[in-house]
Amino acid sequence: MHIVVCIKQVPDSAQIRVHPVTNTIMRQGVPTIINPYDLFSLEEALRLRDAFGGKVTVLTMGPPMAEDSLRKALGIGADDAVLLTDRFFAGSDTLATSFALATAIQKIMETEPVDMVFAGKQTIDGDTAQVGPGICCRLGMQQLTYVQKVESVDPAKREIVVHRRSEGGVQVLKTSLPCMITMLEGTNQIRYGTMDDMFRAARADVRVWSAAAAGIEDMTRCGLRGSPTVVKKVFAPKARAQKARPVDGEGAEALAAAAIEAIFASQPKLESDLLKQSAGY
Amino acid sequence: MSADNKPASSRAGMKKQLPEKFINYKHVWVFVELERGEVHPVSWELLGEGRKLADKLGVQLAGVVMGPPAATTRAAVEGSYRYGADTVYLMEDPLLTDYRNEPFTKAMTDLVNTYQPEILLLGATTLGRDLAGSVATTLATGLTADCTELAIDDEGSLAATRPTFGGSLLCTIHTLNFRPQMATIRPRVMAMPEAKDGEVSGGLIEVPLNMKEDDVITKILDFIADNTTNKAQLAYADVVVAGGMGLGKPENFKLVKDLAEVLGAEYGGSRPLVQKGWIDSDRQIGQTGKTIRPKLYIAAGISGAIQHRVGVEGADLILAINTDPNAPIMDFAHLAIIGDAMTILPALTEAFRKRLSVNRMAG
Amino acid sequence: MTEKFDAIVVGAGPSGNAAAYTMAKAGLKVLQIERGEYPGSKNVQGAILYADALEKIIPDFREDAPLERHIIEQRLWMLDDQSYMGTHYRSDKFNEERPNRYTIIRAQIDKWFSKKVKEAGALVICETTVTDLLKDAAGKVIGVRTDRENGDIFADVVVLCDGVNSLLAQRAGFRAELKPEHVALAVKEMHFLPRDVIDERFNVKGEEGVVIEIAGTVTSGMVGTAFIYTNGESLAVGIGCLVSDFKKTGETPYALLERFKNHPSIAPLLKGSEVKEYAAHLIPEGGYKAIPKVYGDGWMICGDAGQFVNALHREGSNMAMTTGRLAAETVMALKEAGKPMTDANLAAYRRSLEESFVIKDLKKYKDLPEFLHKNTQFFSDYPNLLSKAAETWFRVDGIDKKTKEGQMVRGFVKARGWRGLLGDAVKLARAWR
Ligand SMILES: Cc1cc2nc3c(=O)[nH]c(=O)nc-3n(C[C@H](O)[C@H](O)[C@H](O)COP(=O)(O)OP(=O)(O)OC[C@H]3O[C@@H](n4cnc5c(N)ncnc54)[C@H](O)[C@@H]3O)c2cc1C
Ligand SMILES: Cc1cc2nc3c(=O)[nH]c(=O)nc-3n(C[C@H](O)[C@H](O)[C@H](O)COP(=O)(O)OP(=O)(O)OC[C@H]3O[C@@H](n4cnc5c(N)ncnc54)[C@H](O)[C@@H]3O)c2cc1C
Ligand SMILES: Nc1ncnc2c1ncn2[C@@H]1O[C@H](COP(=O)(O)O)[C@@H](O)[C@H]1O
Repeated sequence: MHIVVCIKQVPDSAQIRVHPVTNTIMRQGVPTIINPYDLFSLEEALRLRDAFGGKVTVLTMGPPMAEDSLRKALGIGADDAVLLTDRFFAGSDTLATSFALATAIQKIMETEPVDMVFAGKQTIDGDTAQVGPGICCRLGMQQLTYVQKVESVDPAKREIVVHRRSEGGVQVLKTSLPCMITMLEGTNQIRYGTMDDMFRAARADVRVWSAAAAGIEDMTRCGLRGSPTVVKKVFAPKARAQKARPVDGEGAEALAAAAIEAIFASQPKLESDLLKQSAGY
Repeated sequence: MSADNKPASSRAGMKKQLPEKFINYKHVWVFVELERGEVHPVSWELLGEGRKLADKLGVQLAGVVMGPPAATTRAAVEGSYRYGADTVYLMEDPLLTDYRNEPFTKAMTDLVNTYQPEILLLGATTLGRDLAGSVATTLATGLTADCTELAIDDEGSLAATRPTFGGSLLCTIHTLNFRPQMATIRPRVMAMPEAKDGEVSGGLIEVPLNMKEDDVITKILDFIADNTTNKAQLAYADVVVAGGMGLGKPENFKLVKDLAEVLGAEYGGSRPLVQKGWIDSDRQIGQTGKTIRPKLYIAAGISGAIQHRVGVEGADLILAINTDPNAPIMDFAHLAIIGDAMTILPALTEAFRKRLSVNRMAG
Repeated sequence: MTEKFDAIVVGAGPSGNAAAYTMAKAGLKVLQIERGEYPGSKNVQGAILYADALEKIIPDFREDAPLERHIIEQRLWMLDDQSYMGTHYRSDKFNEERPNRYTIIRAQIDKWFSKKVKEAGALVICETTVTDLLKDAAGKVIGVRTDRENGDIFADVVVLCDGVNSLLAQRAGFRAELKPEHVALAVKEMHFLPRDVIDERFNVKGEEGVVIEIAGTVTSGMVGTAFIYTNGESLAVGIGCLVSDFKKTGETPYALLERFKNHPSIAPLLKGSEVKEYAAHLIPEGGYKAIPKVYGDGWMICGDAGQFVNALHREGSNMAMTTGRLAAETVMALKEAGKPMTDANLAAYRRSLEESFVIKDLKKYKDLPEFLHKNTQFFSDYPNLLSKAAETWFRVDGIDKKTKEGQMVRGFVKARGWRGLLGDAVKLARAWR
């Protein structure tokens, strides 16, 4: 079983700062991490490999330093890594990103068939949840998003059964390989690689592909050029004109009473609604 | 290398130059999300928002309904009119009973290619996101996810605003030269529009799917419905009480639950509480949790970080309970009790209990 | 894991990187293990880099190291509750081709240094904690145990560069537990401001930077100092005091930092900044007398783990790099000579330390830590007295200068007594010598 896992290196958004005057992102010193959602997919892929044999290839598109995240994935247990990097990719939106990644996966398939592709549910910087479906659609694979459990895989029949979260419940789906899966967060716990994994990761040759090496011929489908969306404006959320009005009172009881008065004064209908409800209507 | 084959730099100043093939794309469409006989309320919210966009553009608003031949599907059509659609595009086929990516993607792609809308809105639900991601790819157009605000700019393009970089900034994204312009919007971000009373009607365009079950590779083996009694219904609750790290220890979260119970409210919390396992993840409120839009939101011991803020800003009234008068939450709450949540919460619970029971007896 | 290395370096701070780089560059087979997610991830940010120590390891480091600003102005401030009194030294000479001191951000410098280590040929493994040292029957250190599966790895020598706590050295019995009076707890924040605002507030341009070292009543009589360093787009702001003093007074480091930031002379420098990365870290301040034995059969200790910090001059990373380099050179010399890494042979490391500025400087101030600990008037009475005196002197209020002089002197005498004043001066001079 050969599984490709798409991971993205993202800035740790907990540490992002915004320039107070120009409203631009200040990246200085902001550490990067593997998109946390991708780790659930990586772990699931590793489990399948452990169960059925084969290999896991991690793939990322990003600047040269994104190699760090690939090496980290190798240290967790992935077998092989491909970095897609080219200045032509700069400014890619989700359409251009999924085009580049899908083309690279096709390139990988030329030498080794791919049975499954895993992507993260979404990224914490782009947050779109579009790239996975985008890749899947281009590769003509079956799409399984928000998977919370891989119930069974039958490599001989090339069948897979998964539990997929939907709004009102869980769908149990059966489909054929090849398929693309995005895992729901919290569904498994990323493993701690062995010392041998760490040595292998530190010494591994990460394959670095330019757009051309990945088999991309039409550069106009990459980067800003290949992106239909245009970011016109970036700005800070506007502050509300008024700050919260503190209620007056000495002690908890008085404060609570004052707060309730203020609540019902500004929301008169709320009181009758609550009354109806507490009377059991 | 031709000039065309050079990497481009920024395009913020780019102008709209719609290619010939898109000139006839017109009207605003909302995908009406029908799953297991029920329409997700986000679809009505989007029809409300779509109405405004259509009016601004002077075009029609259409609902797109896909489902099995059944009364519930027809009810979704009627609901679409009720919430403002002028027209409904309807695909009825047994294949569309349960959501599966393949038939729905084909259905939507065909509809768009045939009837050519300029704007297509979907709810940012598990279904909407799954479908939007593939349809944007088959149509090779732009898709802006998780929008918080939609507008029409001077050139008549959709200006879709969404949080970026963990909510610390907002950005406005346009799909200038491709059609349709697609966006997903999370439940409860847009207000629920008033439903029209009485008889409603509108245009109906029925389109066949042209697909056989044998063509669909993915099969539904089972559907395990959520046990709704225990599931949080935060997004649609009228009153929500939430706690944050200011509660100090997990035992104190009971004070939040007590108040919620007296108010018949849903309870929730900030992200660290979920990470620490004090509450379930479906009770997290904020950017990576639920967006809520209650009439009353009570936040105890929550600092009001931007990621929390974006999930609660739609509340009609926000009461903050915090020891720190300068906590960021004071910038967007309406009322504040400056004090220790551990004493304020029980006092509020008691006071509400009295008020509601006294008045009930009086009433 | 049957692989064996010439040397294992534990830790990827300045000392570990210096040791690993130097040995790898000389062709030794080196493994470096760091517990943090990446080198620098565990290290307190924003600091001063002393060029000399790094130049001796990587002569052309200026070409690509992530340096923030070079320092052209040094301020020393004495703070009381409302004022500061200070000296500033600024010189255009510091705008030289190879500046002597830089502000840096540790996370970035460590990362850069680590890249050099890898390029030099060492194998660097992060996110892995060394939990124990492996010893043979005779007690010679022969390798390390890590927290990963299959985690025992062997080497001829293990160089402990694991920082101030050095649990490894303690566990192995090479070192005693840290004493509260030998270690300071420093807290620090990064205050982000646009570059132009920093330039304006600190009266600098381009890559120029300023250092402010501060002592006074902000530490409430505890032995400690505060500082502000200008980075490119941020200020490193911190304060630290001896752990024993925190214990005694019940003060918390955070409250201290808050008080410091709100001081009327400090607040305007920080105004409008966005605060990130609150961090706390220990600094060894026991000085010369606290240095443990730093070598033995199959092991050596460098940097903070060996208490190599000059607290008064706030020099730590340079001592760390220098000790790391000297340890590496010791190993290289023994390898070259085909000698084993025994206690007797590794004693050469201690000898080269003695010859370097490291031990010389620490010896010079060997009495200072104790002295300051016992004479807290330098952190309470004196700032107040100096400030009072200055205020008296500069206020023009119709009182003649002679009377003012009298007032000033009486202020000092009243607080410390003639004897006290004299004694303080003598003691200070002695500790300094
Ligand atoms: C990518 C990303 C996504 C995120 N998504 C979310 C999200 O969806 N939802 C979310 O909530 N967070 C989210 N966060 C986390 C968010 O940034 C904040 O860290 C979090 O909201 C803070 O939680 P808090 O307010 O409970 O805790 P704190 O920030 O620690 O605030 C505690 C508050 O309690 C007050 N307090 C202390 N003692 C008392 C007392 N006795 N009585 C009353 N008040 C007291 C304090 O003054 C303080 O204001 C996200 C972060 C990132 C990076
Ligand atoms: C607030 C503050 C300000 C300072 N300012 C300055 C300054 O301006 N200039 C200056 O020269 N010095 C300064 N110093 C001192 C300087 O930071 C230290 O002296 C220097 O970092 C010591 O380097 P080191 O390599 O010995 O230890 P560290 O930098 O502490 O590195 C030790 C490394 O070992 C790793 N480690 C620990 N245990 C294990 C284990 N078991 N397994 C694997 N890895 C492990 C740690 O993660 C860490 O990365 C300052 C210190 C502080 C706290
Ligand atoms: N540049 C990239 N390189 C590799 N994988 C990516 C990249 N961008 C997105 N992905 C994958 O697509 C998923 C969804 O991303 P997004 O659509 O940005 O939310 C991520 O979790 C990754 O698995």
